[in-house]
Order: sequence, then structure tokens, then C-alpha cells
Amino acid sequence: MNAEHDDALEGVLLDDNIRVSLRELCDMCDVNAELIVEMVSEGIAEPEGSEPHRWRFTGASIQRIQIAIRLQRDLKVNLAGAALALDLLEELAELRHMRGRLLA
Amino acid sequence: MEFKDYYKIMGVERNATQDDIKRAYRRLARKYHPDVSKEPDAEARFKEVGEAYEVLKDPEKRAAYDQIGSRNDWRAGQDFRPPPDWNTGFEFSGGGYTEANDFSDFFESLFGRFRGGSQRESAFEARGQDHHARVLVSLEDAFHGATRTITLQMPRLDAEGHVVTHARNLNVKIPKGVIEGQQIRLTGQGAGGLGGGPAGDLYLEIAFQPHPLFKADKRDIHLELPVTPWEAALGRTVTVPTLGGDVQLKIPPGSQSGNILRLKGRGLPGNPPGDQYVQLRIVTPKADTDAAKSLYERMAREMPMNPRAQMGA
Repeated sequence: MNAEHDDALEGVLLDDNIRVSLRELCDMCDVNAELIVEMVSEGIAEPEGSEPHRWRFTGASIQRIQIAIRLQRDLKVNLAGAALALDLLEELAELRHMRGRLLA
Repeated sequence: MEFKDYYKIMGVERNATQDDIKRAYRRLARKYHPDVSKEPDAEARFKEVGEAYEVLKDPEKRAAYDQIGSRNDWRAGQDFRPPPDWNTGFEFSGGGYTEANDFSDFFESLFGRFRGGSQRESAFEARGQDHHARVLVSLEDAFHGATRTITLQMPRLDAEGHVVTHARNLNVKIPKGVIEGQQIRLTGQGAGGLGGGPAGDLYLEIAFQPHPLFKADKRDIHLELPVTPWEAALGRTVTVPTLGGDVQLKIPPGSQSGNILRLKGRGLPGNPPGDQYVQLRIVTPKADTDAAKSLYERMAREMPMNPRAQMGA
């Protein structure tokens, strides 16, 4: 656990500051743009910008889209179902976090 | 290699209908999906169920699999070699391999190593799968940023169907100001591509190690601070630990146990940075000497109070 390594990998932190275009997001997730457009209209992600070619996605949106892709692929959930599952998963995570703090 | 009882894995009878099998699969897939499940072995179970379904959902493969089972009365875990002529009389259409998953050697010894359909194999080029891992990061590293060697355990099912892990060490920069749930994307560090395709990416999801003093809520840090009754009642400036080092905090006179004080900008760095919330907990001195007891008695006499007045008690 030494602090300095010259060969250390420097990843990209997918946080609130990162902005990813629709095209970059398609490359990252290996899906076509139509699917992302459908996901946005379903409310799975809320990019900044009005037109798809101006859209910019933050880290949280990227994560939601990637989970939605996996839920759709693995569980045959449709996009509305994936959106619902994501909202419920987030609520569940918040409640678990709160419970963790109360029990500690 | 061990025989795998796909019916047992799916929790269905050997005479289950295709509909029963589909229902069982959907239920188990929801239960063990790594994005949904909190089970520690969810990923391995999800793969195992996927492999069982791959065989049982396809009437051709299922019939061939049943043929082996009925010949020898195999039990799960028993040492298994496929009989040389086991699949004579069965014709496989080749399609229907839905995912390029890592199936067990048991599966591959029976049905071959199919990757997205055998027909396309020669000209097939695909990007490698993305990998995901959770990494535990200390709050100090999240606050200052650090370079750490992390060991990733990549679970895989071995020939016997047990979960084996293969360790991989990576030196990774933990950026300053990461918070729980965020991902670090390492391009090209996922699974290798097929047929000359590019490698997938590795996503590291940040989770915080439990800290003896602090708890994080996004960028905000929570700390419980023990104080004496006179510090709370009279007010006092006390030293409080923060991730960035000790600071002086003024406790206002008349503070009560449970009151929360905010140290603005003393949480995890960011734009804006988080705050540190300090919750006071009054610790009373023990009445273990005559002098201490008489002090308490004097307090009871000279400043009587009923803290339960609002309860009507």
C-alpha cells in the first residue's frame, strides 16, 4: 500500500463534473443511439442540453443507463420497468444507508 | 469435472414444462442479478442459473442432457466424463446461445464452446466484456487522493462448478474527492476482445471502508462528539477531528445532547465541498466518590428539573 507508483493506472472518475456526449456514451456502453434516446424519453437519464447532439451526461446518468442496459439484457425488463427498478433501487440504497447510520 | 444438476440449480422437477422452467429462470435471475441482489455470491449464482437455463430452455439440448442423466443416474457433484457417443441422434441447430457467457467446463464438454453462434465464429469480431468491481477506499484516501494497489478477485466457475477466484493486482489512482457509489472507468482493462476486437473496460465502484470516527453521507461527514455537561451548559471551544486535521469548534452555551453543529466545507472536497456535521453527546462524570456524589446532590437541590415533563410523567 505504498503511496507512489509510476505505473499507476489513472482512470476517469465518473462524477458530477464529467460530461459525456451521446456518441461517447454509445461507445462506452456498446449500444446504438436509438436505445439511449428511448431511455432518456423514459426518464432513465436526464442529460443536460435540449437536442440529442447537444446532450451531455454526468456520472450518475451513465451509471443508471448502464444498469438499465444490463437489466434489459439479463432480465428482459422493458425500459419503463427498468426505470421503475432504478428508482426503487436508489430508494432502497438510501434506506439501507440510513438504517446503517441509525444502527451504528 | 463434476456433473451439474441443472434441474436442481433451477429448483424444478425433471418433468417440469418449458413454461415452469422459464418462470423459475425469471424468478432466480431477478433474485441473483448482480445489480439488484445483495447476496454475496450473486454473480456466481447468476451465471450458474444462466447456464442451466441455456440448456433447459432449448428442447434439443434439454433432451440431450436428459439422455445423460437417465443413462447413468448422475448426481450433482459426481465426477463426470461425457460418454463418447452421448449426443448421437441429436441434431443441434447451433443457434440459441444468447450470451457470450463463461459457461462451466461441464457445459462446454457437452455443448462446445459457443461464442455468439458457431456459424459466425471465423469472421466474428467483438469488443470484450466490461468488468465491474467494488473497491473499498478509506475516507482519508477519498479526502486526500492516493495511489493504491488493489487486488480484484475475479469470480469464475471452475470445472467442478465451484466458485474460484483469480486475483489480479492493479495500481490505481484514487482521485481526491471521490464519493461512495461513483465509478472510476479504466479503459481497456476489462475482458479481452474476440477476433481482434478491442478490450472491454473495467469499472471500479467506490465504497468506503468503515471509519472509527467518521461516517460519510455523499460529501458530508458525520461525527459524534462526546462533551462534558459543563462544556455543553457553559459553552467552550474544543478540538474536533476532521479528515483535514484538527479544528477548533465553539460549543455554544446551553447546548443539549443531540444538537448538531456544522463545520462548513470540512467534508469531502468537491465543488462545493461537503460539510462536517458534529453531533454532541453529553457524557456525565461517574458519581464514584463522596465528593462527586455530593456535587450531584447539590445540583439536584439547587437546580431541580424534570426532563420528562413533556411526557406527562
